[in-house]
Amino acid sequence: MSNSSPLVQAEHLTCVREDRILFDQLSFAINAGDIVQVEGPNGAGKTSLLRLLAGLSQPYEGSISYLGKSIVQYAEQYHQDLLYLGHMPGVKAELSAQENLAFDLAISGGDSSLAEDTLAKVNLLGFEDVTASHLSAGQHRRIALARLWQSNAKVWILDEPFTAIDKQGVAALEQLFVEHAQNGGCVILTTHQDLALPENMVKKITLAYRLF
Amino acid sequence: MSSLSYRQTFALVLKRDLTIAFRHKDEMLNPLLFFIIVVTLFPLGIGPQANTLAKIAPGIIWVSALLATLLSLDRLFKADHNDGSLEQMLISPQPLFIFTLAKITAHWLLTGLPLILVAPILAALLYLPEQSYSALFLTLLLGTPVLSFMGAIGAALTVGVKKGGVLLSLIVLPLYIPVLIFATSAIDTASLNLPYNGQLAIIAALFFGSLTLAPFAVGAALKVSTN
Repeated sequence: MSNSSPLVQAEHLTCVREDRILFDQLSFAINAGDIVQVEGPNGAGKTSLLRLLAGLSQPYEGSISYLGKSIVQYAEQYHQDLLYLGHMPGVKAELSAQENLAFDLAISGGDSSLAEDTLAKVNLLGFEDVTASHLSAGQHRRIALARLWQSNAKVWILDEPFTAIDKQGVAALEQLFVEHAQNGGCVILTTHQDLALPENMVKKITLAYRLF
Repeated sequence: MSSLSYRQTFALVLKRDLTIAFRHKDEMLNPLLFFIIVVTLFPLGIGPQANTLAKIAPGIIWVSALLATLLSLDRLFKADHNDGSLEQMLISPQPLFIFTLAKITAHWLLTGLPLILVAPILAALLYLPEQSYSALFLTLLLGTPVLSFMGAIGAALTVGVKKGGVLLSLIVLPLYIPVLIFATSAIDTASLNLPYNGQLAIIAALFFGSLTLAPFAVGAALKVSTN
C-alpha cells in the first residue's frame, strides 16, 4: 500500500475504568490493508479499546485520528467510513432476519433490497421471515455480520465477531477480511481464536491485565 | 453513497419502532389500560356525586396521563441499550437528533395519542362540564408530547442504570409539574366559560421548546450514559 498517512492512528491512549488503569500511553498506527487482532486476557480492556476506536467513549488521555483528522471533531466523516459491531449484535428480537438487515442496510445508506441475497451469504436463507427471537445466538450474530458483505466502510471494528459462529462461517469471514484488507480497508477485531490467516497480514496488539 | 435525507432516516426509525411495538401488543396497551383503570377507580373511591367528580376531573385525568406516560418511559431506550442497537445509533453517520426525534415521536404515537382518544369517554365518566371538553382535548394534544419529550431526557440519562425506575421518576416528575398546573388550570377556567388562551399558550411554548431542544438533550444524555 502506498498510503502515506495511516488510516487510523492512536496516540498515547490511556483508559481508566472503575479507578483501574486498563492501559496507558498506548500508541499505534493502522494502515490500509491491515488486519489487527487485539489480544489479551478477559478484563484487559479489549472491548474498551474498540469502543474508544469507534468513538463510543472518550479516552482519559490521548487522541485517535482517522486519515490525520481527529475522530471527535470529524465524527460524522469518520462514522461514514466505520462499521462497528459490538458485543451485542444489535438485532431486534421482534423483527425478522430480513427486516433487521434491511433496516441496517438502509440506515447506513445502502440498498435494503439486497437484504435477502445477503442473508444467503451467511447461510440464513430460509430464515428470512423468521422473527429473530426464534433464532439462535449464532444466527443473531450472522444477521449482524451480514452487513459486512454490503459494506463500503473502510474501517471495520469487530468485537468478538466469531462468537457462536461455526467453523465454515469463521472461514468465510476470514476470507472476507482478507478481501477487505486487499481492497484498501482495515479490520480491527478481538477474538480468542487463532486466525487462520497468513502471518504477514495480521498485526497484533497485546493488552496485559494490570492490577493497578 | 450515504445520501439519506433526514426525512428518510426519520421515517425508517419511526417505522421500525412502530413495527416492534405492534408486535408487542401487551406492552403497547399497558399505559393505556393503566390510564383507564386509574381514572375509573376514582368514582368508585370517592362516590358518584357529580359536583365533586366534576371539580376534580381535570386533575384526575391529567395526573393519570402523567403517570401512564411515566410507566412507559423506562422502555424507551432500554431495549435498544440491551441489544446493542443504541450503539449502532450513536455511531451512525446520520445525526443523532433525528434518531431521538423519531423514537420520541413513536413513543408519543403509542402512548400519548391513545390517551387523547380515550380521554373524552373518561371525562364523561367524571361528569366533566361540556364546555371543558375542547380545553381537555387541546391541553392533552399539546401537553402529552411535552411529557414524551421531557421524559425521554430522563429515560436517556438513566438508560445505563440497572434499576433506574425510581431515579427516572425523581428526574422526570418535577419537569412535568408545569404542564400539570397549566393544563388543569386551563380546563378549570374553561368550565367557568372564561378564556383559557393564556394557559394554552404556555403549554404550547413548552411543547415547541421541548420539541426543538429535547432531541439534542436526549442525544447528549445517551452519549453520556453509554460512555
